[in-house]
Amino acid sequence: MIRILLLSLLLGLAAPALAQDAGPADAYARLASDSYGDIEAGIAGLAASGEPRAGAVLAALADGRLLYRPADRALFIKQGGGLVDARTGAPAQGDGLKPVRANNKIRRALDAAQGQLNLASPDPGKRREAADAVFKARDPVALPALDAALGRESDAGVKRALAAARAAVLLAKPGTPEADRLAALPAIQARGDGDAIAILRGLAAGDPSEAVKAAAARGIQAVETRLAVAAAAQNVWYGISLGSVLLLAAIGLAITFGVMGIINMAHGEMVMLGAYTTYLVQDAIRTHAPGLFDWSLAISIPCAFLVAGAVGVAIERGIIRFLYGRPLETLLATFGVSLILQQSVRSIFGPTNREVGSPAFMSGSFDFAGLAITWGRMWIVLFALGVFLGLLFVLRKTSFGLKTRAVTQNRRMAAAMGIRTPWVDAMTFGLGSGIAGIAGVALSQIDNVSPNLGQGYIIDSFLVVVFGGVGNLWGTLVAALTLGVANKLFEPYFGAVLAKIALLIFIILFIQKRPRGLFALKGRAVES
Amino acid sequence: MTSRTALIDTKGWIFLAALAVFCLAVPLLNLGVAEGSGLHLPTYLVSLFGKYLAFALLALSLDLVWGYCGILSLGHGAFFGLGGYAMGMYLMRQIGPRGVYGNPVLPDFMVFLNYKELPWYWLGFDNFAFAALMVLAVPGLLAFVFGWLAFRSRVTGVYLSIITQAMTFALMLAFFRNDMGLGGNNGLTDFKDILGFPVQAQGTRVALFVATGIALALGYLVARFMTVSAYGKILIAVRDAEPRTRFLGYRPEHYKTLAFTVSAMMAGVAGALYVPQVGIINPGEFAPTNSIEAVIWVAVGGRGTLVGAALGAVIVNYAKTVLTGAMPDAWLFALGALFVVVTLFLPKGIVGSLIERFGGRRARAKLPPEPAIAPKLAEEGQG
Repeated sequence: MIRILLLSLLLGLAAPALAQDAGPADAYARLASDSYGDIEAGIAGLAASGEPRAGAVLAALADGRLLYRPADRALFIKQGGGLVDARTGAPAQGDGLKPVRANNKIRRALDAAQGQLNLASPDPGKRREAADAVFKARDPVALPALDAALGRESDAGVKRALAAARAAVLLAKPGTPEADRLAALPAIQARGDGDAIAILRGLAAGDPSEAVKAAAARGIQAVETRLAVAAAAQNVWYGISLGSVLLLAAIGLAITFGVMGIINMAHGEMVMLGAYTTYLVQDAIRTHAPGLFDWSLAISIPCAFLVAGAVGVAIERGIIRFLYGRPLETLLATFGVSLILQQSVRSIFGPTNREVGSPAFMSGSFDFAGLAITWGRMWIVLFALGVFLGLLFVLRKTSFGLKTRAVTQNRRMAAAMGIRTPWVDAMTFGLGSGIAGIAGVALSQIDNVSPNLGQGYIIDSFLVVVFGGVGNLWGTLVAALTLGVANKLFEPYFGAVLAKIALLIFIILFIQKRPRGLFALKGRAVES
Repeated sequence: MTSRTALIDTKGWIFLAALAVFCLAVPLLNLGVAEGSGLHLPTYLVSLFGKYLAFALLALSLDLVWGYCGILSLGHGAFFGLGGYAMGMYLMRQIGPRGVYGNPVLPDFMVFLNYKELPWYWLGFDNFAFAALMVLAVPGLLAFVFGWLAFRSRVTGVYLSIITQAMTFALMLAFFRNDMGLGGNNGLTDFKDILGFPVQAQGTRVALFVATGIALALGYLVARFMTVSAYGKILIAVRDAEPRTRFLGYRPEHYKTLAFTVSAMMAGVAGALYVPQVGIINPGEFAPTNSIEAVIWVAVGGRGTLVGAALGAVIVNYAKTVLTGAMPDAWLFALGALFVVVTLFLPKGIVGSLIERFGGRRARAKLPPEPAIAPKLAEEGQG
């Protein structure tokens, strides 16, 4: 630590002088040396010089490709099979060359110098990275380069990063006047992350000036508040993400259970079938049309809808229609179906997890107001909302939706009006199951595709639908997001399992208070 | 409805007689017949049969609430598991210094997890009477609180089924945690003694088997007593027309809570008898699928017949033993098909159908259709 301080002290005194007085020629000359001290000074000088070739020379030094001729202190770079002149980049010849050596101190200086050089990069991302590197290194050598960079910077984000880096350097540099130190604090505070807190803590504890100490303490508090808000925002986002998964799993059930009143314990298996359909579609694409892989999910969606929907229609026609009006028997029969479907899939595909790949647009992440948001989660949230709105549209704006509502409200009247009620029953159940299949496509991206996939969602799905209020799609949406966010907000305090248990108990108690859910239906239908 | 129904009717006598014969024959064939003889019953089968009888008691308890009170509990496995854990805790304390780590007080898993002393809820479990009390009290208390809350708020039908399922799911998650101090994932096992007798010994196993048979018979008598008494008549009235019963001045929630609590205690006893015979209790017993499986035992045998529930448990579990041994893959197919076939073609179950065919006018075990939950749609007028 002391050594680094000494080094920065040394460099802090030496480097600006070099940059101003000696110019690039002297820097090149110093590099061509076997003295580590000279090389280090050369690196700093080159970095501050603004030479166009400086980046290439320093990179060559870092790779051990920089050679020098002791006779006239000329520098060469090994490139491809030959040599080029380090200063001009023109092809050159030379003999009696020795490599410019590097030790750890040199390498550190190289890193700092390359960071400084990047400050002038045309790419704002690179400039920002460089500013962050300087912020972490707090090497006073970088000060002139920082000042220059600040002067020409136009990007607001990079400017902030540069200001924070400059402030950090000023604060780390001994001998900065109290007024300057005080003035530097807001820029550190504006950075608002753990590194900023570390710097402020150091100041609050060890700064000679009381004013700086107090300002730093205030700054720590402000940053901590901000970090807490950011953590909460992150948790809310995770919660929305979890909520969208719950919504996807529950939304098909909101149709079959919520609208039709059928207890479909095989609902989770419809989700599972959707996930396995995705697996099969990807498998087929991999063997027959690898170029389409990025489209595999889009292709899987209609396939999963059809597969799960068809199985749903078969279940309705084969079993459920004999059990209308006997919900508990329906529950048992569909549980039996779920066991059969699970075991069928296990027999066909084996009990192990199947690999479902993610297309390119699902990977990576982006930064939104300080939150790291992965694209995969983002797409699932959007997808869940899209499915929800689509379903709402089908139920409310199409002729089929009208018939569905008519049949579920008053079956005999609907039949008298000429609606084929058995057909509507089958199609509605198929719709709910198909939507579960679509959910399976999305869940295949974040969960293990195994025969047990559906089991994990069935209880959650029922609770979401019941919590939101049976028969109310908007209630399902609100319930899913509420439960998701609540779960993630509890997690930091209780841990994942206890948070889940707490929520289950909460729902059990909630149902005592409002047996018909958040958005209960009013009127006669409720009591019958 | 005017004449008082006999406590034990024809099918009850048949059941009790069959149970008595079974409970005499098994010990005789195990202990009384020499090992080499063809008639000898291996000891592992005694424990297996004991397990069936414990399941029969669980099914009986479920039939009490589902058959006579219309409460389809999908969480009876929770009461079974709690009773089992109470017994398991007693058995753990009986290990004493014979554990792998040799700690005289702490069970092995606690030593492993760096517990310094016994958690407070383990105190007293070295005493059999206390443990036996807990076998009844813990499931009973949970059922009482849960039932009192749910029935008072008139949570019925499917909603009740779903929250009972949530209850057992929450318990399963809780018991899987190591911090729970109940063995976490592995549960409680490696038992040595019960009441001073080695658990693995032949004589102990036969005694446990007979005890389970007696418990089943007593459970049957308790359930039968409850259902044929005046109380039972109201219970059935609640099942068939809860609002009407309420309008007649009864408090359905009291009747239901009592039945639910007694039923949970019976399930707890079943669990307590199950644990020493299989030698382990772990959180898997709380899995929602186990509870649903118990429902199908009742459905197969015949809901609302008590005898049928016990019979169904034995038949289905025997089939499970045979099938999982012969064709492991086929068992889930068979169980799934059983659910479908019984609900579609045998809604009264085996015993219910037999009564209908041979029982004549006297024993009408007619089950009313369950009240449908109204299909409804909420789009109108909301958002």
